[in-house]
Amino acid sequence: MLTKRIIPCLDVKNGRVVKGVNFKGILDVSDPIELAKRYNDSGADELVFYDITASIEGRKLFTEVLKKTASEIFIPLTVGGGINTLQDFDIVLKAGADKVSINTGAIKNPNLISEAAKRYGNQCVVLSMDVKRVGNQYNIFSMGGKVDMEIDAINWAKFGQNNGAGEIVVNSIDTDGVKNGFDLEMLSAISKAVNIPIIASGGAGNIKHFIELFKTLPQVDAGLAASIFHFNEVDISNLKSKLQFENIPVRITKRSA
Amino acid sequence: MISIIDYGVGNLFSLSASLNYLNIKSQVTSNKEAIEKSDKIILPGVGAFEDAMKKLQSTGLVDFLKQQTKTKKLLGICLGMQLLLEKSFEYGNHDGLSLIKGEVRSLSEDLPKSFKVPHMGWNKLELKENGPLFKYITNGDYVYFVHSYHAVKCNLNIIATTDYKIPVTAAISSGNVYGVQFHPEKSGDVGLKILKAFNEL
Repeated sequence: MLTKRIIPCLDVKNGRVVKGVNFKGILDVSDPIELAKRYNDSGADELVFYDITASIEGRKLFTEVLKKTASEIFIPLTVGGGINTLQDFDIVLKAGADKVSINTGAIKNPNLISEAAKRYGNQCVVLSMDVKRVGNQYNIFSMGGKVDMEIDAINWAKFGQNNGAGEIVVNSIDTDGVKNGFDLEMLSAISKAVNIPIIASGGAGNIKHFIELFKTLPQVDAGLAASIFHFNEVDISNLKSKLQFENIPVRITKRSA
Repeated sequence: MISIIDYGVGNLFSLSASLNYLNIKSQVTSNKEAIEKSDKIILPGVGAFEDAMKKLQSTGLVDFLKQQTKTKKLLGICLGMQLLLEKSFEYGNHDGLSLIKGEVRSLSEDLPKSFKVPHMGWNKLELKENGPLFKYITNGDYVYFVHSYHAVKCNLNIIATTDYKIPVTAAISSGNVYGVQFHPEKSGDVGLKILKAFNEL
């Protein structure tokens, strides 16, 4: 059986990881390559690099970071942040990315999903959506969760799937940063509407939240988080042993066992 | 020296990088002379079967690669493995390289609707034999898969399967020719160990 995937997300600005990190044994805590290695060694199933740089200079540094990481770490790498065109896809894929995550770029130009899927394959296109409750429905927000696009999230997920997205990341703005658990209600509604892998994001604060996610919603394929891994509040190898103990299928590597 | 066949299909960055990481010399090429001089061949591939066969034909490599496997080890990866078979039913009926017996069929046709296709993520290898390709890994090790079609009727040429409701062909071999459905260049330490073993065949 396919295992449930645990995915740490690294926000990178000007070639450095943003958000403080306090890992023991890492000299340079904001070096994305060092951090990526650490995650790889502790059994992360995939890594997401998010480029939050606005400048051209910063973008170049990001590509360099990506190349170096992809030369030393051999697990799937997803790249997101500011992907608006096929050319943006091309740049990060040539630098070693396996999948490309699109968010605001797909809202601005929905054809980007199908065009990218046609050129690079569905497996390469990850539709990332920032979702928030508005009245009694779930709406898509853009610009890092700031602007209500008044698009129904369930319809947007279906549109993504029908146009060739290979995976969907559902980031709940309502639970993001709260550390009170994943947004099970929202994830349930969206994951029932599609039949492609769903990655849950937003709200994980401890190991129990991951157990609760995969037990309540077996159709969810992966859990993504950032700060709890960066701050070492949750250790990935420990998380995986606990998931295994709960009979949730996970990849146990020799290093993390 | 391993030649990674470059015929315009897929992203070869990780494959080159993983061989480089293992200190194994490799070149990305479609040049026959260069391939002839190398010790081994890797046939990568991502995308559609028909398109990939057409591209192989247009680079004039079909018969050449078949000739090369008489004396050289070849490893097909993902779509590269499927191309080694006799035919594929992906969008029609297309001939493959026929280096190993078997056919390529749609996974979704063979699975209950609740199973997601592509089969994407980490899954366990069930080794059918302790062949030389697997000398550094153990039964039950995890590797990374991404595919919507799968190899069937490979019979005795199957050297590993993985369980996705049905036993899915994970690796095949016949003589000098090997194929893996998963991505060793994306399968962490286990994948690197398989590439290392291939280099030592």
